[in-house]
Amino acid sequence: MTQTKTLGKRLTGTEFSHKLIIIAVLVLLVVFFYIMNPNYLSYGNIMTILLATCVNGMLALGVSFVIFTGGIDISVGAVMTFSSVMSGVALTRWGFPLPAAILFGILVGGFCGAVSGIGVTKMFLPPFIATMAMQMITKGLSLVVSNMRPIYFTSEPVYQRIATGSFLGISGFHNAIVILIAVTIIAYILFSKTLIGRYSLAIGSNEEAARLSGVNVDRWKIGIYALGGLFAGVGGLIMSSRLGSAQPQLGVGYELEAIAAAVIGGSSLSGGEGSIPGTIIGALIISSLTNGLRIMSVPTELQSAFVGIVLAFAVYFDQMRKKR
Amino acid sequence: MGNELIQMKDICKSFPGVRAVDNVSYGVRAGEVHALVGENGAGKSTLMKILSGVYTKDSGSIILNNEEVNITNVRDAQALGIVMIHQELNLMNHLTVAENIFFGREAKKKSRIILDSKRQEEETVQMYARLNLDVDPRAKVGRLTVAQRQLVEIVKALTYDSKILIMDEPTASLTSGEVEDLFRVVRALKEDGRAIVYISHKLEELKLISDRITVMRDGQFVATLNTEEASLDAIIQMMVGREVFETKQSPFEDTGAELALKVENLNAGRMVQDVSFHVRRGEILGFAGLVGAGRTETARAIFAGDGYTSGDIYVGGKKVTIKGPRDAIRAGIAYLPEDRRELGLALGMTVDENIPMASMSKFSSFGFIQFAKSAANSEKQRGVLDIRTPSIRQKVKFLSGGNQQKVVLAKWLTRNCDVIIFDEPTKGIDIGAKNEIYKLLNELAEQGKAIIMISSELPEILRVSHRVLVMCEGRITGELVGDEIDQNRIMNFAVKRNHAAGGQVG
Repeated sequence: MTQTKTLGKRLTGTEFSHKLIIIAVLVLLVVFFYIMNPNYLSYGNIMTILLATCVNGMLALGVSFVIFTGGIDISVGAVMTFSSVMSGVALTRWGFPLPAAILFGILVGGFCGAVSGIGVTKMFLPPFIATMAMQMITKGLSLVVSNMRPIYFTSEPVYQRIATGSFLGISGFHNAIVILIAVTIIAYILFSKTLIGRYSLAIGSNEEAARLSGVNVDRWKIGIYALGGLFAGVGGLIMSSRLGSAQPQLGVGYELEAIAAAVIGGSSLSGGEGSIPGTIIGALIISSLTNGLRIMSVPTELQSAFVGIVLAFAVYFDQMRKKR
Repeated sequence: MGNELIQMKDICKSFPGVRAVDNVSYGVRAGEVHALVGENGAGKSTLMKILSGVYTKDSGSIILNNEEVNITNVRDAQALGIVMIHQELNLMNHLTVAENIFFGREAKKKSRIILDSKRQEEETVQMYARLNLDVDPRAKVGRLTVAQRQLVEIVKALTYDSKILIMDEPTASLTSGEVEDLFRVVRALKEDGRAIVYISHKLEELKLISDRITVMRDGQFVATLNTEEASLDAIIQMMVGREVFETKQSPFEDTGAELALKVENLNAGRMVQDVSFHVRRGEILGFAGLVGAGRTETARAIFAGDGYTSGDIYVGGKKVTIKGPRDAIRAGIAYLPEDRRELGLALGMTVDENIPMASMSKFSSFGFIQFAKSAANSEKQRGVLDIRTPSIRQKVKFLSGGNQQKVVLAKWLTRNCDVIIFDEPTKGIDIGAKNEIYKLLNELAEQGKAIIMISSELPEILRVSHRVLVMCEGRITGELVGDEIDQNRIMNFAVKRNHAAGGQVG
């Protein structure tokens, strides 16, 4: 008994330490870049880093819930674009009022997620396939609906201020950052206080045990994929608001960076493990790294290589920690 | 018949907490079928896994052709010509018969790169011909019957020039016609001078196919008999024959108690055929039988609707339709699976997250989890069931088997189910914790729950059950109440001898 106890304590200790490790990685990165260039920690640059985290962070938060269940969603980038295109179509062609158009765009994201979830549960598609199909479908639809041209929101100057304005009245502290913080808090509450968080981990930990406990696994999974889609919809809002337009060509590739953030943050692709704070720190690590490298004039192409290295080592250390 | 081709002498093997094989000697002659029998857990499979290199022995010696050999892994055994044909066959379904037989040693053309499928196929046909069998070497293994796959395994073993073949329950999933065919093959192998170890539960078969029979019990050697001289009664006696140290459950008096669950003519595939039974509130109904008799399948058909084709289920007198676990749970049925780690628990989650899993509607409002309420219930269950854990926030994977079982039970008690089905409730649990589980079963029955306990351990069945149903090959073959319940009777039903003896069936 005592043995179990100490073993338990030791392991819980190391489990807790994963969060500490990634926080340490983030701090080390920041210190390193600060030493290389003190401007790195200037107010302006911090805001730049946070701003750069907005879209990826939003997608990563959504895809985290799916990853907790042991699934994957590679459609979030394309769904994000599709939501913003549909938002633009609703606003400019169908004459929706602005709030309705925004809501419509976000709901389109949720709908796409729900359809992926139905593919996974009712059509028994592997999550990778279901969401790859959704990625291709939404990518194609975005291009067709927009006639392959950006949809500009110039008629609605308010639209652009949704992300780039600052209702807090602090210069540089863009609304996009406020939205990211708010959505992170919502995601955290959903994750730690509500059934959707409990069941997503339970399904990822042992789907059959959850089913045999009477959990309506299919329904929850569809809900979780839909939630991921809603977050992608919000990502689309921020993206198009910052650009002043919905860009149908953008989006694909974003999903991988979002998954990378979740994984760096401690989510296991086999499910049952991970946390929302971990994911957001993961997203911050990626954007601090790319920002620092840019300041050090490392070419953009090479920045991606560094993110790849961080990703590989994050998972490597995690595997080592579990093997011990 | 001459000397034994292979001899195992004084073999011992322990696993944590169990002496699985205790000082057992066993040998087989060339051209002989030597059967190995015993109850579940008697140590037969462990002994043979030592011979085939899956496990390494703790002590003892293995002598092949009068020379001591050292077997530390499956490759060693293969090199010595020893092959085990496992119950669960190790074939690749997407490959053809010939590809499976030559897997890992593919025939190549002169270039040494290109595979020579034609040669492989020709050799496959020849190998089969030696056993007087036809084969399509290009058939995909996935499309073959179980019996045909078994032959692929046997032929594969022959291509390794195996002198010793270990067959573990080879007829477990064969029809009677297929058994005949298999026996022809086994006889051909015998004539060819191979030594065959034949593990089986089906005693009648042994009369037909074996030359000698060795009985094991509780990891120990009991006796070796010549098949001609052995009577089945004597073998059964030896299989169960532990001293009559049996704490027996007192009979269930309250025959007027409410029927908690009634099942009529339930059918679900080959493993559940026309199963009918009932259990009353306060009663503990034992389901005995050998592994693979269809007991788990029956429980799964009732709880999860798995494989269900026909039959009626009544809970508390009301007919219910069960399509999935949710229907069963709503009706008040709980199921504690044999494999609780795979099916019963979210191991990476805490005690407090597992216990309310089946009743989250009780512990949430508008989707928000009521942590204090959940923790209060988990603490209460921890006290009632004496779940030993440093805290309810401990992850379940760090608990012992007995405490994990209690967490699963706590989950169902929280849900307040009336009918609780336990599938091998003490599997992998040490003796002390077993006694606690038995005590809990009695307490639950006293509280008016109806308990169904599936168990392959006869002493456990005897000790806990008010009434016993015995299953064999998907059917209920016997029912025993009160004084009738004894090990010999159960074993007779379990190996289906009462068909022959004209006993009462189902």
